[in-house]
Amino acid sequence: MSILHTVNKSPFEKSSMDSCLAYVKAGSAVLMYEDGIYGAIKGTAVAEKISASDGVKFYVLGPDLKARGVAEDKIVDGIEIVDYAKFVSLAAENDKVQAWV
Amino acid sequence: MKFAIQVNEGPYQHQATDSAYQFTKAALEAGHEIMRIFFYHDGVNNGTNLTTPPQDDRNIVSRWSELGKQYDLDMVVCVAAAQRRGIVDEGEMQRNGKDAQNIAEGFRISGLGQLIEAGIQSERLVVFGD
Repeated sequence: MSILHTVNKSPFEKSSMDSCLAYVKAGSAVLMYEDGIYGAIKGTAVAEKISASDGVKFYVLGPDLKARGVAEDKIVDGIEIVDYAKFVSLAAENDKVQAWV
Repeated sequence: MKFAIQVNEGPYQHQATDSAYQFTKAALEAGHEIMRIFFYHDGVNNGTNLTTPPQDDRNIVSRWSELGKQYDLDMVVCVAAAQRRGIVDEGEMQRNGKDAQNIAEGFRISGLGQLIEAGIQSERLVVFGD
């Protein structure tokens, strides 16, 4: 059972990203969007946790990076930058969508 | 694939309603079915036709109405949340003795059962909120 986890809160403000990382299993996916994109920036404690999550695919929504002025080269290596169309395909490809609102 | 969307936040308050709109639009453009959009909590404010945002700003309410018309979407406003926040259609106006109605084009007021049904009948329920 693969799940798409969506996180829309900054991990530096709320604990939803931490909760998500505690529950996510190998084979699943995590999409960071809205203020959640701050979790995808290099050099933070969250970035270390992301890099340590084996078998989990991480995605970040490009339009929300752009809206917040975060350049693509600031994003942790291995996190895929996606658009809304890919957000939709991720929701379809995984068996469930879990929103960590 | 058959999607259902839940929107928990009002327009101009939180990005959730913008994200929900962009997701819905992308899903429809990719050929997926959106069987229902359920507006819950402050999300019911997406369904008032009394908003008049500045002309150079996006009109969130009419943007939903236009998308609803284009794709014949079922856009449901939660009745209990709507009563609390003053979102009124013809039936609610008469039932509660109000002198006006403000439900935007393409929206309808109904109960929480519609959300449960959407969760059962759709293949994916995607939630947007704060």
